[in-house]
Amino acid sequence: MAISITENAARHVSAQLANRGKGLGIRVGVKTTGCSGMAYVLEFVDKLEVGDQVFEDQGVKIIVDPKSLVYIDGTEMDFVKQGVNEGFEFRNPNAKGECGCGESFSV
Amino acid sequence: MALLQISEPGGEAARPAHRLAVGIDLGTTNSLVAASCGDKVEILPDDKGRHLVPSVVHYSEDGSVQVGHEARARAAADPSNTIASVKRWLGKSQQEIRQSSQASRYQFDETRADTAPAIITAAGSRDPVQISADILSALRDQAESCLKGKLEGAVITVPAYFNDSQRQQTKDAAELAGIKVLRLLNEPTAAAVAYGLDTEDQGAVVVFDLGGGTFDVSLLSMRQGVFEVLATGGDTNLGGDDFDQAIFDWLQGGFAAKATAIAEQVELRTYAEKIKQQLSADDEVAVEWSEYSGKLDREEFRALVKPLVDKTILTCRRVLRDAGMEPGQIDNIVMVGGATRMPVIREAVAEFFGKQPLVSIDPDKAVAIGAGLQADVLIGNKSAGKFLLLDVNPLSLGIETMGELVEKIIPRNTTIPVAKAQEFTTFKDGQTAMSIHVVQGERELVSDCRSLARFELRGIPPMVAGAAKIRVTFQVDADGLLSVVAEELSTGKKSEIQIKPSYGLNADTIETMLQSSHEHAKQDMEIRAQREAQVEAQQIIDAINAARESDGHLLQPGESERIDAAIERLKQAIQGASSIEIHEQTEKLNRLSADFAARRMDLHIKSLQGESINAIESAEE
Repeated sequence: MAISITENAARHVSAQLANRGKGLGIRVGVKTTGCSGMAYVLEFVDKLEVGDQVFEDQGVKIIVDPKSLVYIDGTEMDFVKQGVNEGFEFRNPNAKGECGCGESFSV
Repeated sequence: MALLQISEPGGEAARPAHRLAVGIDLGTTNSLVAASCGDKVEILPDDKGRHLVPSVVHYSEDGSVQVGHEARARAAADPSNTIASVKRWLGKSQQEIRQSSQASRYQFDETRADTAPAIITAAGSRDPVQISADILSALRDQAESCLKGKLEGAVITVPAYFNDSQRQQTKDAAELAGIKVLRLLNEPTAAAVAYGLDTEDQGAVVVFDLGGGTFDVSLLSMRQGVFEVLATGGDTNLGGDDFDQAIFDWLQGGFAAKATAIAEQVELRTYAEKIKQQLSADDEVAVEWSEYSGKLDREEFRALVKPLVDKTILTCRRVLRDAGMEPGQIDNIVMVGGATRMPVIREAVAEFFGKQPLVSIDPDKAVAIGAGLQADVLIGNKSAGKFLLLDVNPLSLGIETMGELVEKIIPRNTTIPVAKAQEFTTFKDGQTAMSIHVVQGERELVSDCRSLARFELRGIPPMVAGAAKIRVTFQVDADGLLSVVAEELSTGKKSEIQIKPSYGLNADTIETMLQSSHEHAKQDMEIRAQREAQVEAQQIIDAINAARESDGHLLQPGESERIDAAIERLKQAIQGASSIEIHEQTEKLNRLSADFAARRMDLHIKSLQGESINAIESAEE
């Protein structure tokens, strides 16, 4: 089981962590919401919770709770620019469908 | 897909390095404000270096408002415009306030409803919320001038027994004073936090609060930093003043120092208080009053106040009994309130519980200090390692949705109080009632979670499936009480229930529930996917059947039979096939019925167009 991150995304994560001044890494998770079932959660991590899995890729620690891991195992995180917007994107092999806005997905 | 940004843990926005937050002990007699200065929380003094701010407000004719010592100094000369102990009035009706002894000197605003009392002062009509707001404004000004910055939030303490309307009025007063309330904290919890008891794994804490005029005993259960109030008791008319009175009576009677003139009585009362305070330091006090002289020692004093001390211990006994506990089961006793400085009280408490109470923090300041610590955490100044977890929701709360699945509404570890709402809809055409099943736990299936309560929302107007909007609101108050409200949005029809989710829950159960959710994560995911597929498939079958009933003439020869066969295969898949197979069969049925659906669509569009053209023509004629 693993989560990976592209070099570009890792650079942005590291920069944002440095900017923030604290944090072990980032948390990637899912929560049930939206029109297609699940939505991604992306947060800084200050404290590990019981059962958290830590993946290190490109020098960045990605923390996933065991419940979320089954939904996003194998996901690659990227940083992309779309027009004037830029932000993180998930490429999740488990996702079978996405809603129009892409905020939620189903497996 | 939508692009994501990294958010702060807990979904809060990024914060600057240090923010000013204070703890406010809004007391009946005195108020205090505390803030963190580095690693320590300190009581903020006013410009004259005084810590206690009397909770007294004076209104002048020119509209100016004085709070604290200045206001109290005016009480004797201008009693009807000087308001003390306004905290006792929060959440009370005019009739209830009138029954209190202090009420007679005020003139009530007769234009107000009984439930919204106000009194007429030189500065106009003022209600208890406005008066409390004036005290809070003064405390805010004191804090801002002391900390030299703008206050960003405050934790305000309230008695554990305060009900929802009293808590709401306290919040309203803070808002009126321009203070953002980070949280209302129970006074006993604040005192326990001041002693750092929240950092211990678990324990039972009794907070013994004997102030000037009120007495409260609270029994708290603490588990990994989460406090729960198990029982409270007390006497709203018992306090240090009664001990002064006992000495006063002794001076008047036994000591034969009859004071008759009012001024003399006031002087004698002040002297009684002084004797009481001295007896906390010395075993014996020399008593001198005009030509009389004598002494009062601790033993005599103990005998004088025995009925009062017995009363406080009786209350402790009652509180323990309410919670079904024995004195020996209490891990810590926290002493709060100036009157707990008296050795007679400390000794009686130590004897009853069989252990020494905690007294190292100034009992007048403990509540404010605890609130200050909490404010510092809530505003985000504490570093990650020092974060104290306080008053959180230990397990997720949610409701059952179709397919016996759990939709979590308040996730675990959310700090309380909290309110969250989510919209749900009907599953069947013409459905007029909805059963709300409230569950607690981390698993995906209702059967693997704790069932907390069930209730029904009736009177939903008949609509097609999915058109009704039902908002379900979960609210957990500061005491962990959950209220669930289901409301149909077009008619405003409501149904609600209140539950104590922590009832029957202990640390072991919580641990077991968390563990099993981790162990069954994969299985739960598969079951959720399967159930969701089943629900979706059933919805499509229902929709197609409904369409065939209303527009059956659009079906071509043999089409209905082919759809029937596909429905049959899908129904079989629903019985137990994997989510993938159910999806496949659902897709097939969708494709088979697509032409029929398109014809229906065309027909409805045509009939719409026909209508509108007719309407235009008839309008032209």
